[in-house]
Amino acid sequence: MRRAVLIAVPYLWLLALFLVPFAIVFKVSLSDTALAIPPYTPTLKDGFSALISGLDFENFVFLTQDDLYWKAYVSSLQIAFVSTIVTLLVGYPMAYGMARAPEEWRPTLMMLVILPFWTSFLIRVYAWVGILSTEGFLNQFLLWTGIIDTPLTILNTNWAVYIGIVYTYLPFMILPIYAALERLDESLIEAAEDLGCSRMQAFWLVTIPLSRNGIVAGCFLVFIPALGEFVIPSLLGGSGTLMIGKVLFEEFFANRDWPVASAVAVILLLILIIPIILFQRNEQRQQEAEQ
Amino acid sequence: MAQTVFAPWDDPQQKPLIQFVGVTKRFGDFVAIDDLTQDIYEREFFALLGPSGCGKTTMMRMLAGFEAPTEGSILLSGQDIAGVPPNKRAVNMMFQSYALFPHLTVWDNIAFGLRRSDMPKDAIAARVEEMLKLTRLSKFGRRKPHQISGGQRQRVALARSLAKAPKLLLLDEPLGALDKKLRQDTQFELMDIQETTGTTFVIVTHDQEEAMTVASRVAVMDEGRIIQVATPEKIYEAPNSVYVADFIGDVNILEGTAKANGPESYAIDWGGAEPATATSARPFSDGQKAHLAIRPEKIAISAERPADAANAVQGKVLDIAYLGNLSTYHVELPTGQVIKAQSANTRRVSRRAYTWEDPVWLSWSATAGVLLES
Repeated sequence: MRRAVLIAVPYLWLLALFLVPFAIVFKVSLSDTALAIPPYTPTLKDGFSALISGLDFENFVFLTQDDLYWKAYVSSLQIAFVSTIVTLLVGYPMAYGMARAPEEWRPTLMMLVILPFWTSFLIRVYAWVGILSTEGFLNQFLLWTGIIDTPLTILNTNWAVYIGIVYTYLPFMILPIYAALERLDESLIEAAEDLGCSRMQAFWLVTIPLSRNGIVAGCFLVFIPALGEFVIPSLLGGSGTLMIGKVLFEEFFANRDWPVASAVAVILLLILIIPIILFQRNEQRQQEAEQ
Repeated sequence: MAQTVFAPWDDPQQKPLIQFVGVTKRFGDFVAIDDLTQDIYEREFFALLGPSGCGKTTMMRMLAGFEAPTEGSILLSGQDIAGVPPNKRAVNMMFQSYALFPHLTVWDNIAFGLRRSDMPKDAIAARVEEMLKLTRLSKFGRRKPHQISGGQRQRVALARSLAKAPKLLLLDEPLGALDKKLRQDTQFELMDIQETTGTTFVIVTHDQEEAMTVASRVAVMDEGRIIQVATPEKIYEAPNSVYVADFIGDVNILEGTAKANGPESYAIDWGGAEPATATSARPFSDGQKAHLAIRPEKIAISAERPADAANAVQGKVLDIAYLGNLSTYHVELPTGQVIKAQSANTRRVSRRAYTWEDPVWLSWSATAGVLLES
């Protein structure tokens, strides 16, 4: 009995907070737009049989007809992918430095990584507007040092979006890699050197493979939210920045076309579910390895 | 035909493989190794023995190249190895934690060092198979380190460090993680492997029994210095100081003043009813303070005073430690001192001649003890 209750908790959680909302969104994506409240038809008020017969896949077909959508998906995937790689390249050395720092320094360094979370995400992204704009701190500094003569246009370009995503999601990359590296036994590196590896070879042959799980976890933690990111592209990106999160917002709030917006969301979810399954499988393999 | 005894350290013609010349190592203010000079010869099984923090691990890490001496130099086959990084030394190390790569199979772990050299692929495979066979691991090549037992892991670590056929193999507390029975078996295995491969082994241990079992010579260390280097027999039978006598095995120390009473023979007034007689090649002046160290197994215990014993004292049994094959009797003397005497249990315990509180005589010969300066 108690076992059943314990198992039921996560399933109820999943049902109430994922499956039911998904079913609703999926149903909306199969509906037609209408001038009504809610702005789609059919609804349950029309009766069950009318509801079922009124559903079709025409919104999904529509998504394939207008190239705005698939371009937005591809562009989002590309931005999320590049940002993830850059975050990894920036985050790995930081995590490595933290893990190799003297024991008494580590809590402080950890604190410094987590500290930005104490401020609202929205305010931090707005702060970047002040840094990156034509009259912003960055341009003023570069002009003052004489590196550039005319201000750089960074804000409202894809560059600003990359900077924003890397900045925002860096802690999610650092923390899992740090956890993996901190557990790494120093004597393994010494053993590799003793057996003829240079420091660089020891890093590639021992440190990287043994922190692989941290790298994978970090990449998923950055890639998944970056793919559907809305706030960063809409605040820092320009009209040329095409991301699916922004498209979704436009359909929903500007066009009030809930069915198309829902269809966009369903496709986005399907794109995300594949990496999530891969992530789960990685976790499982890790658990099996530790047994 | 007389068998030649392996003792290159007694032969002035022999060139040592490793020479520590005036080596000092400091970590900040702490002196880990203090002006140490020591030779280690080819094919030796050299044990560094001492309590934790005595500098034995530092010595080994300097040989491996993970630490550099602050002063002095270390020579390997006559070459100063100060500037040579660990990956360029013909020295391999077996780590205390084994440091097996958890992401690689047993086979790949052993091949790891070979792949860093320019050895051809099939030669690597042959060498790995040879190592697996030597350490009786042929069946486990495909397993990962976490899928094998502690004793097997220890053998993988040994195979991996031997695979490159190093001139010198360093073993850092190699058997520390094994239980006693497995440890004893492995000690003999180590000796066999050392003999078959002809590699020079330097082993670090804090277990004196282990050092005595495997080593051709034992160096007893304390506070960054080597106190005595000798074969296990000499270390045990003829320690050069109270520290060594006390560190190796069990010992009774009688403290007193020496007085010559014959050629190389001294009477030691230690506070007992009569002075003890002991022979010593080391000269002592009359009235000089001396410690007489006697091993418990060299003291006989009897109910009556033995007629012909050079030394005999009476006391009463305070405690009996029954070890199965042996019993150690703790005997309290009238002076309050407690002397340990050991005897083999040749009879059943129920027929033991003396028990708690019994008055007994302890006796030992003049040559049983070692007279040490204080």
